[in-house]
Amino acid sequence: MKSVWKAVFVVSLLSATLATAQGNLEVDTPAISAIKSSMSQRHAQLAPLYASGAVGLKSDGSLAVHDANAVPLAQRGKLNALVAAENNDRAALYREIATANGHPEWAGDIRNTFAQRWIDKAPGGWWVEGSRGWARK
Amino acid sequence: MKPVSNWAAVTAFSLAIAGCVTINIYFPAAAAEKAADRIIDEVWQLKPEAATKEGAPSR
Repeated sequence: MKSVWKAVFVVSLLSATLATAQGNLEVDTPAISAIKSSMSQRHAQLAPLYASGAVGLKSDGSLAVHDANAVPLAQRGKLNALVAAENNDRAALYREIATANGHPEWAGDIRNTFAQRWIDKAPGGWWVEGSRGWARK
Repeated sequence: MKPVSNWAAVTAFSLAIAGCVTINIYFPAAAAEKAADRIIDEVWQLKPEAATKEGAPSR
């Protein structure tokens, strides 16, 4: 009988340690890496658009055209395409992180977390959407 | 090794169960924030990648 309890003790302690050790979310799947590299490549094109105010960070974790007049008329189509492509990637990223961790229902929470962190980390001069509308950081 | 009392076993067992329940029900906000910071740093190339790996203080 004693050895049974001992076994229960050891197994439980191990799994308790495992459960509490999960302080990190899984973000290193091939799908997530692919989305990340697509986003960092696009960032080279987006960076000047953030800086000019053409594009801003929304409070829901996506991007929006903030001031289309900041880019020449001829390039507006490209501007919209860039924003749409980035928003597709971002939605996929939030969804993939949730599924990679076995909780597809977390996608909304992950989106909210990212929304806050994108805005917090945005450099000065970029446009971000807060509770009282657009503001320049 | 010292014999393990029933109480120790029961305590460890409850701890394990509690751990599982916590992990499975609640959204790990702190872990999500850490993951977000890592990914944003990579996408925006804010820091050299090595520095953002493990245990980088969030500020």
